[in-house]
Amino acid sequence: MTRGRGAERPQTLAEKILSRRAGRPVYAGETVTAAVDLVIAHDGNRPQALDVFRELGAERVFDPGRVKFVIDHAPATHNRAAAEVHREMRAFAAAQGIELFEAGEGICHQVLPERGHVVPGDVVLGTDSHTTTHGAFQAFGTGVGTTDLAVAMMSGRTWFRVPETIRVELYGRLGPGAFAKDAALWLLGHLGANGATYRAIEFGGPGVAGLGVGERMTFANLAMEMGAKVALFPCDEVLRDWLRPRAGERGEALAPDPGAPYVAEVALDLGEIEPMLAAPHQPDNVHPVAAFAGAPIDEAIVGTCVNGRLEDLEVVARVLAGRRVAPGVRLIVTPASREVYLRAARAGILAALAEAGATVGIPGCTGCTGASGCGVPGDGERVVSAGNRNFRGRLGNPKAEIFLASPATVAASAVTGRITDPRAFLGRKEGVA
Amino acid sequence: MKFRGRAWVFGDDVNTDYIISAARKEAVRDPREAARHLMEDIRPGFAALVAPGDILVAGSNFGCGSSREAAPVVIQAAGIACVAARSFARIFYRNAVNVGLPLVEVDTRGLEDGEEVEVDVPRATLTRLRDGSVRRGLTLPPFMLAMLAEGGLVAYYRRHGRLPWEDADAADARGAARPAGGERLA
Repeated sequence: MTRGRGAERPQTLAEKILSRRAGRPVYAGETVTAAVDLVIAHDGNRPQALDVFRELGAERVFDPGRVKFVIDHAPATHNRAAAEVHREMRAFAAAQGIELFEAGEGICHQVLPERGHVVPGDVVLGTDSHTTTHGAFQAFGTGVGTTDLAVAMMSGRTWFRVPETIRVELYGRLGPGAFAKDAALWLLGHLGANGATYRAIEFGGPGVAGLGVGERMTFANLAMEMGAKVALFPCDEVLRDWLRPRAGERGEALAPDPGAPYVAEVALDLGEIEPMLAAPHQPDNVHPVAAFAGAPIDEAIVGTCVNGRLEDLEVVARVLAGRRVAPGVRLIVTPASREVYLRAARAGILAALAEAGATVGIPGCTGCTGASGCGVPGDGERVVSAGNRNFRGRLGNPKAEIFLASPATVAASAVTGRITDPRAFLGRKEGVA
Repeated sequence: MKFRGRAWVFGDDVNTDYIISAARKEAVRDPREAARHLMEDIRPGFAALVAPGDILVAGSNFGCGSSREAAPVVIQAAGIACVAARSFARIFYRNAVNVGLPLVEVDTRGLEDGEEVEVDVPRATLTRLRDGSVRRGLTLPPFMLAMLAEGGLVAYYRRHGRLPWEDADAADARGAARPAGGERLA
């Protein structure tokens, strides 16, 4: 527990983590500087953090062990611009002694936790907005731009305004055909794209225990689309079991104080959730899948940092079992990391996907943006994606439409060639493990 | 930091993909070149209409989505003097100040494309020149204004040899918690 001098007020989880890294008790509304545990740069942004690092006149990163480079945004290195960025990242990483995860190793938010680099209580900064994903590990993960990242690479510190917190109380268990993605989309529709801006989201309640770590990552990932600065989960046995083979017992589990102040509270009964989708062109334009059922599709995508994990690939294979992708539809399924890729290969999932007519993508951000070098839709085409953004032009063509949904809904839609509620394709007993 | 110019008015939730798409920012490293594609997916031809000193006006949640710092850089490279929005997404807000693009969070409802406005960044006011009406927004904290005055974080650091928030932090370390309202930080 962080105990400081003077009056002690009950703290939210976000306040507690920042207090430890600021070295004193801090509360919502204050501006603080905090030590950073992990600094992540990827290949997606211009200028690169290493360019700004040099402009600052910096020479060495504050701690090479706490800086990670990940080549994930253009994993196919499909053009010279990407190739140049990758080359520069490799050279800088080699010169500074920074660990670099090559193209094909996976998405930063997947591969770094898998390799044990993220533990509870960490402050994680990344040049990727979906750095909120690390909240599933009870890490204060948040996205920043290149300049903020370069300063953190140089100094090991950054500034924050300590956020107010929205508490989301989860109850119940997801029913058959409903997934964490559906529940997270419901929450996004409920709060709106601006609903958590500048704020932390703190998940809790009896429903958390029934969610696997991957499902929590899905929630924490989509919290970004609500505008959240961080999205924090409890550190429980489920998380500890996941972390143990990867990071041992490192990290410090924290819990919010009773009576901690919340600016809003939301109750979410997972048992009430039905398959949901986000219709064009806003992630918070959320409706039940039924509202658009039957609309023809051209392309179906499963993967990205929100839904590219083993359980996501598994459910796609389950929906496709004994079936084939509809004629005229492209289904692209991309594991979020090499680990996911290997496990899916060993389990026969990749073979089943290929047999059913799916294309397997290179682990990384494949199929998320038009700059990933994969899956750019044609004019007037409709895409159903398990990703997290459906902005006009997101996949590289402003004349296409993108719907966001769960991997099960995407797979069912790929089979029928139309937006399809997946429940008919999944046995009644098959909920989420 | 006071700007007078023609307003270009956009709606709510203008995301950074709209400001500059992922494919464009990937392919084009020169911001002035990339600026030709500013807002092209939602307002084709927009970049050609912008004149130096124009003011970008938007609704709530401006700059949501991706963390790309290219978004404020490209707005700046297009010649936009400053951005006034009802609210900003937090990463864009930090990025804009870091690269020296002035912004003000102020009620922008009812403003019309092409009208003349004056934005006073330190005072956080927006004045409609057609009727002289003044709207007051949320002032930036001193260290962010200091960054803007120097043209961004890198310029500030190179000039002062210190990070601009170090003084603000020192004030907080003495126990002076900032008020939750009145001013806003990402």
